Amino acid sequence: MENKIYRVGMADAKVTQSPGILTTIGLGSCVGIVLYDPITKISGLVHIMLPYSNKISDNSNKLKFADTGIQVLIEEMVKLGANPKRLISKIAGGAQMFSSKINSDIMNIGERNAVATKEVLGKLGIPIVAEDIGGNYGRTIEFYSEDGRLLVKTIGYGIKYI
Amino acid sequence: MDINRLNEMYLDILKELGNIGAGNAITALSTMIGKKVDMQVPKVKILDFQEVSDIFGSADTIIVGIYFDLDGDVKGNILFALDIKSAASLIWSLMGLEVKEEFDELEKSALEEIGNIMAGSYVASLSTLTSLNMKISPPAISIDMAGAILSVPAIKYGEISDKILFIETQFIEGEKLIKGDFFLIPDINSFDLILKALGVEVNGK
Repeated sequence: MENKIYRVGMADAKVTQSPGILTTIGLGSCVGIVLYDPITKISGLVHIMLPYSNKISDNSNKLKFADTGIQVLIEEMVKLGANPKRLISKIAGGAQMFSSKINSDIMNIGERNAVATKEVLGKLGIPIVAEDIGGNYGRTIEFYSEDGRLLVKTIGYGIKYI
Repeated sequence: MDINRLNEMYLDILKELGNIGAGNAITALSTMIGKKVDMQVPKVKILDFQEVSDIFGSADTIIVGIYFDLDGDVKGNILFALDIKSAASLIWSLMGLEVKEEFDELEKSALEEIGNIMAGSYVASLSTLTSLNMKISPPAISIDMAGAILSVPAIKYGEISDKILFIETQFIEGEKLIKGDFFLIPDINSFDLILKALGVEVNGK
């Protein structure tokens, strides 16, 4: 199988198997959540924008929220043959892109997204094996399902694998 | 109010608001840099989240975002986004400075001020039109990937819709084409308030 690259947009998710690559470009306050089954090497990436679906009236787009987005991702991975009990996760994003003197809701949305992501993964018993969260800058991430590496690229804050 | 159901009339009104608001903003800019600035007719655009981060070509294109909290009768946020070339052109026009590899603190603060004047006059014209009180916070700047910066208005819209609405303004200073995007992001209640103030019936009320 070729090293196909699957691009995930805002409120979007993709699943693949080795050696597929999952990427999301320019994560800001959103959180990119990678789930990975190390045995089958089936992986998934969801790009969530908001913490919880039950706090919002228009919640039909399940991939927009941490709680429902992770749920959908697991279902899609199980369809490909992943074992939900084996899943591990890597997460990135949750930045505060603008510093504002006024403490409006939107300013800490990155942090709230990260907290919700951790809560949801915790309740599902999915360990977070690596994370790159917070700061005031954007991130592009690439996940290599072949070996489980997650590349994190930034403008001015370096490039690393987690 | 559901942006997905914005009908033609709403769109016409938003276009008109865009025209008047951006027109005043450009006039303010022209005064600031002391040069004539020509404006093209602004375009009101409604896009899916998926398309938003590609407004500037690609989600990893580096852009300048200048952000404001909006307070008063109308609460929400404003983001003024510019591509790097346009931002550098404005710095050149304003200060006669050639931007080197990246913007320094002085240049960033000049961009904040340009954003402040444009957003301020934009809001002032909306305020006059609607007779609603609106004021903006001091500006905050971010120079980063388009996807990351535009995620801020996208998330705010995300609470009410799967679409995002913005006003694209292109203007010409000298021979330089400058492209800027205004994202007016009213809180859900404020959105209804603006439409009502303009005499638009909301949800049959």
